[in-house]
Amino acid sequence: MFLAVFVISGIGAALAALLVIAERVITNYGDVDIDVNNGGRKFTIRGGDSLLESLTAQKIFIPSACGGRSTCGYCKVKVLEGGGTVLPTEEPFLDGAERKNGIRLSCQVKVRSDLRIEIPSFLLAVREYTCRCEKIIDQTYDIKQFDFKLLEPDIIKYKPGQYVQLLTPKYEGNSEEVYRAYSISSDPNDNTRFELIVRRVASGICTTYLFDHLKENDKVRINGPYGEFYLRDTGAPIVFIAGGSGIAPIKCILHDMANQQNKRRAVFFFGVRGMKDLFLFDEMPEFEKKLADFKYVPVISQPEPDDNWTGATGRVTDIAAAYLEKQSDAKDHECYLCGSPGMIDSSIEVAAQYGIAQDKIYYDKFS
Amino acid sequence: MNTGNYFLHLLVILFASIFTENMLLARFLGMCSFLAVSRQVKTAVGLGAAVVVVMTFTVMLDWLAYRFVLQPFGIEYFRFILFIIIIAAFVQFLEMAIERYSPPLYQNLGIFLPLITVNCAILGASLFMVIREYDFVESIAFGLGSGLGWMLAIIAMAGIRQRLNNARIPYGLQGPGIALIIAGIMALIFIGFTGVLAGQ
Repeated sequence: MFLAVFVISGIGAALAALLVIAERVITNYGDVDIDVNNGGRKFTIRGGDSLLESLTAQKIFIPSACGGRSTCGYCKVKVLEGGGTVLPTEEPFLDGAERKNGIRLSCQVKVRSDLRIEIPSFLLAVREYTCRCEKIIDQTYDIKQFDFKLLEPDIIKYKPGQYVQLLTPKYEGNSEEVYRAYSISSDPNDNTRFELIVRRVASGICTTYLFDHLKENDKVRINGPYGEFYLRDTGAPIVFIAGGSGIAPIKCILHDMANQQNKRRAVFFFGVRGMKDLFLFDEMPEFEKKLADFKYVPVISQPEPDDNWTGATGRVTDIAAAYLEKQSDAKDHECYLCGSPGMIDSSIEVAAQYGIAQDKIYYDKFS
Repeated sequence: MNTGNYFLHLLVILFASIFTENMLLARFLGMCSFLAVSRQVKTAVGLGAAVVVVMTFTVMLDWLAYRFVLQPFGIEYFRFILFIIIIAAFVQFLEMAIERYSPPLYQNLGIFLPLITVNCAILGASLFMVIREYDFVESIAFGLGSGLGWMLAIIAMAGIRQRLNNARIPYGLQGPGIALIIAGIMALIFIGFTGVLAGQ
């Protein structure tokens, strides 16, 4: 009996050892050169991992929410050379034009040979940060503000309007580490800290962590900044439209405009459903004083009778349309939109209606 | 038994395991992947081919392990655990090798390999081989035949299910319900082969 157990365990161990050796020998792809953005960054690594893992190891952070399981479709990069064919696991995430242009999901591309890839240049500036939660503020019944102090590195450089990705650690009821994106909403003057405004998502992995588990003085890890949502340096009048927690990047931009003494004409339509969803009662009107030509217009779509709401009522896009109607230079406006996909799509329609060119409409869609 | 007769005998084993003793439709082994991955003919072909390869080779390996390890030590009762370990290791190895040396093949076949590690048809083939006391060459014929039979069944199933997309199926029977009924009918059809070959 003892011999039997010994023999079977021996065979098991031998097979395991064989597999380990095989993995060393077979999956050894040797040294591989990766060229990012035509010489923008070059490095040599050992092949065998996925492109996403290899880039992360080099501190190049590609946005990814699912952690490399090919379910979120965010980690797209352009592979110019050496990526092999598109895998069945990627197909659902790539449309015809993307396939033609060599766009791939970096989590599915295996680094086997020399690679030449292209990524948006701002991604090369992305760093990983450790920070400490300084303060958690209830803004509404389902929106909280989180203030973070940077620890390592101790400052963050970003364009007002950009977002960071927060690493959700494992906690009770969640067995996977995922990243979720949140826009920075604080005054960019103080680059040693930043704040995020987060709306609770029912059974959302990260918001559940932030709302139920994160405590003041806890440490979290983020990476960033990401995104092309920032104020363009022109003289054009501005229309900001946001819904709910979409106010975050716009608040950051407004802080920056106030710091720069920006004199551009600007108006901000902030749409919420009811009085109970409205927040930042003091801060937002404050910008009207700080900025030369700025108007803040909160819009409630479904006010209750006892809200005693006297401000704008209706859909935020309709109120914005009414404003543009009155402007003689409506078509010269730049539009900055942040909120739900539905709100953004109808805002784009409104902007187009008043002759605002597509390339002057900038948005940050929540998904 | 002379060589010609032996060869004929092998052919009988091969065809018997494809048709009359079809692993899926006569023994109902490997049902889970059969039902899960039979929505499209293309993927069914990939999975079927992977099963053929894995079954043929694992039957060979398991035969060697049985003959030269388990029997000499008199520990045949350990065959379940040993066979499963060998199958898992082999599949792992095969996946690594295919991914390394043939990316196109990996794309078509390799992604199904992890599914096969726990496919009971694979283990079933090795266990039947022991029960029926096949010699090494007979085992190869049996493994290959069983794999081909499984592939045949899943491709047929996928073909039927693709047609079913256009059929009006009662609500309560949609999905696995109708698939099981079809599997049952296919099994009845395969009973028609009974007695054609008396190889077992």
